[in-house]
Amino acid sequence: MTQRARNWLLIAPSGALLLVMLVLPLSFVFVFSFGERGPSGGYVPAFTLEQYANLPARWTAFKNTLILAPLGTLAALLIAYPLAYQLAVRTDPKWKTLLLVLVIVPFWTSILIRSYAWIYILGGQGLPALLGSIGIENVRLIYTPFAVTIGIIYGYLPLMVFPIYVALDRLDMRLLEASGDLGARPMTTFLRVTLPLSVPGVATGCMLVFILLMGEFLIPALLGGGKVFFVGNALVDLFLQSRNWAYGSAVAFTLIVIMLITVTIYMRLIARLQTGREDVAVM
Amino acid sequence: MTNDTISKKKFMEELRRYEKGSVTRRHFLGVTGLGAATAVMGAATPGLRPRPAFAQGIGDRAILATWPNYHDQTNFDAFTDKTGAAVQVNVFGSNEEMLAKLQAGGSGWDVYVPTNYTITTYVDEDLIEPLDLSKLPNYDPAVFDARFSDAGIVDGVVYAVPKNWGTTGMAINTSHNGGKAFDSWKQFFDRTMGDYSGRTMVHDYQLTTIGAALNYHGYSFNSVDEAELADAEKLLIDVKPHLFAITSDYQPAMRSGDAWLTICWTGDGKQLNTDIPEIAFALGKEGGELWSDYYAIPKGAPHKEAAYALINFMLDPEVNAREVLAHGYPVADSRTNALLPEEILNDPILYPAAEKLNALEFGAAATLTDPNRAELLARFKSA
Repeated sequence: MTQRARNWLLIAPSGALLLVMLVLPLSFVFVFSFGERGPSGGYVPAFTLEQYANLPARWTAFKNTLILAPLGTLAALLIAYPLAYQLAVRTDPKWKTLLLVLVIVPFWTSILIRSYAWIYILGGQGLPALLGSIGIENVRLIYTPFAVTIGIIYGYLPLMVFPIYVALDRLDMRLLEASGDLGARPMTTFLRVTLPLSVPGVATGCMLVFILLMGEFLIPALLGGGKVFFVGNALVDLFLQSRNWAYGSAVAFTLIVIMLITVTIYMRLIARLQTGREDVAVM
Repeated sequence: MTNDTISKKKFMEELRRYEKGSVTRRHFLGVTGLGAATAVMGAATPGLRPRPAFAQGIGDRAILATWPNYHDQTNFDAFTDKTGAAVQVNVFGSNEEMLAKLQAGGSGWDVYVPTNYTITTYVDEDLIEPLDLSKLPNYDPAVFDARFSDAGIVDGVVYAVPKNWGTTGMAINTSHNGGKAFDSWKQFFDRTMGDYSGRTMVHDYQLTTIGAALNYHGYSFNSVDEAELADAEKLLIDVKPHLFAITSDYQPAMRSGDAWLTICWTGDGKQLNTDIPEIAFALGKEGGELWSDYYAIPKGAPHKEAAYALINFMLDPEVNAREVLAHGYPVADSRTNALLPEEILNDPILYPAAEKLNALEFGAAATLTDPNRAELLARFKSA
């Protein structure tokens, strides 16, 4: 068998999977997006740009998603970084495994159940009651954009912690010592050595969280009380309530295009950031 | 083995109770489309149950698509004991979602529970099986109140048999209103924009939420008139900043005291009122919804014999009476009513006075398929 044939054989399973599970369904979505809604819902074949012309009717959903997805990613990063740093750099190796397992444990329960727990924590009998007992009255937390942000940070934190942890765990401690020996203060060492070396982890974590957040619908629906509407929620309603498959396909396809553009720009930026730092590219 | 380990049967009962408790959330299901997921969860259950051999040969399961808080589990257990077929329950959030699943195909349901106004659409779309009445000896058309059984018959063919009926009104925590309930949709929305601001919930459901806003303006609950819908939309958009939530899972927030007012169905109103007497159930005097639910068999049901057996079993007056005592929705079957205690039959939540019922309307088929109503609700939610 030639090398070439072997290569083809090796990628055949994943190729077939991608074709059936990704290319084919996406082609349907693309074709459907030019169709029309049937009289009692569903899809009738047509060639019209009407669905795309109607997109502004979902502008709020796109706007909410495009604001909360980057915001949620940033917030998750700000909380995950110190946690990953502590775990990777500062923690005694004999505790590391245990602490890492504790980060994973919440994943063993469905996000649905965990979001329901937050409904009770943020509801009137939960945190607001606790705050009330120390004199801070009438705090409304549940069914607000704040509750959605909390849910997002909580739900996606482990996805951010792990890539950063892996990047920091491989950090060569001698580089930090060298930096100190050359007179850099701890802050300078962090900013000029540790942080740049963890960029790949940060980039991966942010991308994972951002892409998943763009399609999020569960957390806004459960913790936003139906008042915080994402593109994901618009899609659920279009397919399950108004049964407008054509319009739903157009919204879905537009979301895919927006994601492709954002992720491409993002990857370019990260690539440039890393080539600009060849002086520390020792990893 | 000691005796204090729980039996397999007991464990499964507990598990099902837990499942029921954690998934009977209309809203949760409405937004997640979790019907499919519960089907998967449910599919694991009969496999674990002992499978006795039965002569009837109806198969080992019947898959039921229904609404939350709408059955007595002991009835399902009795059915399984009698026939050997386990009942798998999938709970749904809206008729729209049920229709969407059937339109998409491959639902795998044997029995489902459509509401009156959807049945003609199922017939037009060829998604519903005409019933073979010889397999339903407990079905007797003479015993049903025609108002709540008519919608199951289309062009003389019986497609669906009556399950329950009820109303859509409002539940109000009267302790914030001097012990008094509201009596109109005008009050419902005006007070929401006033002293009940931040305490009101409306359904995540086009029929009832848009219907209530139409009633506020004195229009028909079912209107698809563009000018009238525009008025309803303006009201809903104005009210939105004052809402606690847009959700059909309104019991938890009413129980915790976070919310004081919600659009509410009969049985939920009865359940809330029983547990928390300050929460009253009231109908709007401008109108509102009167509805009836039915048992039906979708085209392509995988266990059709079990479907007939289950429907027939549920139509048994004694079984049906146990259902009513569990969920608090009235029935149209006079045989069942004869078995119910007096205080249920005189309960003003279950059986409102005739003049109050007269103001109500049955949902119209047009509202289910009207694209403008669906779009209106989406604009309201995303505003």
